[in-house]
Amino acid sequence: MKFSFKSILSAGAIAATALVGTAANAADTIKVGVLHSLSGTMAISETTLKDTVLMLIDEQNKKGGLLGKKLEAVVVDPASNWPLFAEKQRELIEKEGVDVTFGCWTSVSRKSVLPVVEELNGMLFYPVQYEGEESSRNVFYTGAAPNQQAIPAVDYMLSEDGGAAKRIVLLGTDYVYPRTTNKILRSYLNSKGIADADIMENYTPFGHSDWQNIVADVKKFASAGKKTAVISTINGDANVPFYKELGNQGIAASDIPVVAFSVGEEELAGLDTKPLVGHLAAWNYFMSAESPENEEFIKTWKAFIKDDKRVTNDPMEATYIGFKMWTQAVLQAGTTDVDAVRQAMYGQKVKNLTGGVAVMNTNHHLSKPVLIGEIQEDGQFETVWSTDGVVKGDAWSDFIPESAKLTADWTYPYVCGNCEKPKYAGVAGM
Amino acid sequence: MTKFFKHIMVLAIALFMAAPTLAADDFSAQVDALNGKSFSKKIKAIEVLAEADNDRVVPVLRAMLGGDLYALKSDKTVVIAEKRGSVYLVHKADDGADLGQMAKSDIKKVRVNNKVRTVIKGILGGLTLLSPNVEQRQKAIDAVFNSRDESLLPTLKKAISREEDDALKAKMVLTKAAIELENAKDPETLSAALSVLKETPTPDVRSILTRYVASAPEDMKAEAQATLDAVESSLSMWENVGNLYRGLSLGSVLLLAAVGLAITFGVMGVINMAHGEMVMLGAYATFVVQEVFRAYMPGWFDWSLFVAIPFAFLVAGSVGVAMERGIIRFLYGRPLETLLATWGVSLILQQAVRTVFGPTNQDVSSPSWMSGAIEFTNGLQFTYNRLWIILFALLVVVGVTLILKKTAFGLQMRAVTQNRPMANSMGIKSGWVDAMTFGLGSGIAGMAGVALSQIDNVSPNLGQVYIIDSFMVVVFGGVGNIMGTVVGAFSLGIVNKFMEPMAGAVLAKIFVLIALILFIQKRPRGLFALKGRSVEA
Repeated sequence: MKFSFKSILSAGAIAATALVGTAANAADTIKVGVLHSLSGTMAISETTLKDTVLMLIDEQNKKGGLLGKKLEAVVVDPASNWPLFAEKQRELIEKEGVDVTFGCWTSVSRKSVLPVVEELNGMLFYPVQYEGEESSRNVFYTGAAPNQQAIPAVDYMLSEDGGAAKRIVLLGTDYVYPRTTNKILRSYLNSKGIADADIMENYTPFGHSDWQNIVADVKKFASAGKKTAVISTINGDANVPFYKELGNQGIAASDIPVVAFSVGEEELAGLDTKPLVGHLAAWNYFMSAESPENEEFIKTWKAFIKDDKRVTNDPMEATYIGFKMWTQAVLQAGTTDVDAVRQAMYGQKVKNLTGGVAVMNTNHHLSKPVLIGEIQEDGQFETVWSTDGVVKGDAWSDFIPESAKLTADWTYPYVCGNCEKPKYAGVAGM
Repeated sequence: MTKFFKHIMVLAIALFMAAPTLAADDFSAQVDALNGKSFSKKIKAIEVLAEADNDRVVPVLRAMLGGDLYALKSDKTVVIAEKRGSVYLVHKADDGADLGQMAKSDIKKVRVNNKVRTVIKGILGGLTLLSPNVEQRQKAIDAVFNSRDESLLPTLKKAISREEDDALKAKMVLTKAAIELENAKDPETLSAALSVLKETPTPDVRSILTRYVASAPEDMKAEAQATLDAVESSLSMWENVGNLYRGLSLGSVLLLAAVGLAITFGVMGVINMAHGEMVMLGAYATFVVQEVFRAYMPGWFDWSLFVAIPFAFLVAGSVGVAMERGIIRFLYGRPLETLLATWGVSLILQQAVRTVFGPTNQDVSSPSWMSGAIEFTNGLQFTYNRLWIILFALLVVVGVTLILKKTAFGLQMRAVTQNRPMANSMGIKSGWVDAMTFGLGSGIAGMAGVALSQIDNVSPNLGQVYIIDSFMVVVFGGVGNIMGTVVGAFSLGIVNKFMEPMAGAVLAKIFVLIALILFIQKRPRGLFALKGRSVEA
């Protein structure tokens, strides 16, 4: 009884989306949802991505749009309020009838949107590096998974070039992304022969501003006679006072290097970078990358935003790659229908802004190059190390026992985001 | 004869020229090798270059360290380039010849990483250890201490015998001991080195000793361990002093944020949820002042904060007066409505700032006199910015107390808050006093913003971080009592900082909050409760 009631409900939902879908198709624009916070704590980071999507739509329309139609952006403001993300996503799909959404920054906002896009069979492009451990049929992850950022960064810090660190401090903001990443990193470090006694883990609240004790603790931890490095998953605003305190307590990068996963050009823009020269960041993109595509991208961005001082960063590139792939997939499928476009996404290729080619895999993650950069006096990063080729994003980390056995593959025979065995094992053979 | 002579001359000149040219060629090849393909090749090139007997070695390595070393895109010649606006002033690296101005597209940076930097610092240290300039020797000895390169020992000994500055000499002796400890074999030298190290208990020394104990030969182990223990115990004492300082510093920040609130909430009884935004406005006022200084008088930049303080006071103060006249005065005696209305104002102010300045953080720089730290030999550090903020907080408190106790305005203010009808009938314009009092509280919050801009983000969210803490301090210290606010702020700060190393930042905050709630249960009026009739007002 309960089962049938549920199926009626979902049938109703499908019918509703189908209706909305036809309504949108009948109009002569393709609607693109933009779900980024324009107010509240995350506005600092997310506003830039909203502008990036608007710029990309603008560029595409100059080229004549898609399938003979113009693209139309539908911008909503979820105001850094996680439950509101889900509401706004529902509004975008059900009321506005968007064919695709570009949005979210924090993992908690993505987790909030997830049930909505899955229920309504929407399509979300998520452009930020994250902790992995997820692969939804309705989400494409164009930011880095841990094996495309955290693991190579640790490898570099342990290597001769990176200073051959023997003791590691894991500093993070207290929420899901740093905690999961550090869990992965701890087991990875253990596998590299670094004992738990040589790992210090510390979490601070969002927006933490008094770093005196923690920096002093790091110093103390580093004075135990082994080369020490800090791996920082500190998020957002808290980074500025953290780096200021490092500078003031005289910790130079040559003594204790800090490698960060959430500090990009945008974050450094509000900072006096002189004391920070030599600290590192791991990303898939740096504004300083030298390629004709990147030069073009920066030029277009500065012209669009009408500010010559604005910088570009990694999530912007991820948005760019996601958007390009989506337009290519729509052209290939000849329609904006979510199911058709999803199939066309697999194997889609887009030139990275840093050189090389990004490929969309069947686990909905990209293959991208990984770069490590050192902060320079002008607030830019200088690439000091990069992977030889591209690294395939791994949805389920190999370094957490319970997730190592899971596979994400949305093509036959798996057709699943978190399965131990293929869903259709042996079915076709019969 | 003349012809023959000419020949000889030409030959002689040619010979004369050839010898140094050969050497110079060699040297410029060595300099050009700095632009090697990999970092390890660069390090080799640096080590080779360091051996060269040429007075360009030090400037070239300095440029490399500072990121001013470039290579011409045309023929890969290594050059030193300094940025002047949008162009670069380029000099040849090997002989300093002027190559004029070039655009960014003509040159490519010689990349260095941390490892290369460390190597250069060590080598530069060795090369400049005997420099006549005290500052250079200071830098050099720090670098040598970090690299502890055995080959520098003879130079170091020479430097010690020449050194006249006592502090520098001590550092050199310490460095010599550290190098000997790591390299010497005979027990006598080792014992001597250990006893030198024992005299200077710093974290660096602890680090060196810990490493040594792990690999010490059997006969030295006991002595090394004893030295390490002595260093450890002396360090842990200083760590407590450090904690105390950091507690005072956190306390001073809380105090600054709360003093304004102690007036608006404590004295007037207005629950002002927009108090944090006054702090934020003060920080943005600092940003604006700094932008003006940057544009019009960059030479005076270090003084910009002295202009920012009164400016921030005026900006936040006038917004406060406008708020009081426009909204709050209609809501006196209705705390719930005041709370909601001021909460609304805080959102409006945040979004307004976000619209005007953008959502990103603004870059507020610290003047040079606020950067860095006083370092004591035992590893204790007092950062200048925090030191100034402690001082500033105390000055603000003294100022506020003077205004309240010694001026006519302060007298009127106290009169109005204690007995409004009586004050009115004595001819005090109570409405005007209300507006000025609220303005004063807001203005002080603005001044707090100037101080906070030095240690925190200048973003539209700045205020939200401090609003809860401010209320906490005022309630804890006792409503309506400036002295209580001072004691409350410092004790919360110190307790927080002593809890943090044990419990972590998140738990420490929670514990402090729980302790505070329990305390309020016991003493609802806070640390210093007002007594007498004014309590009822």
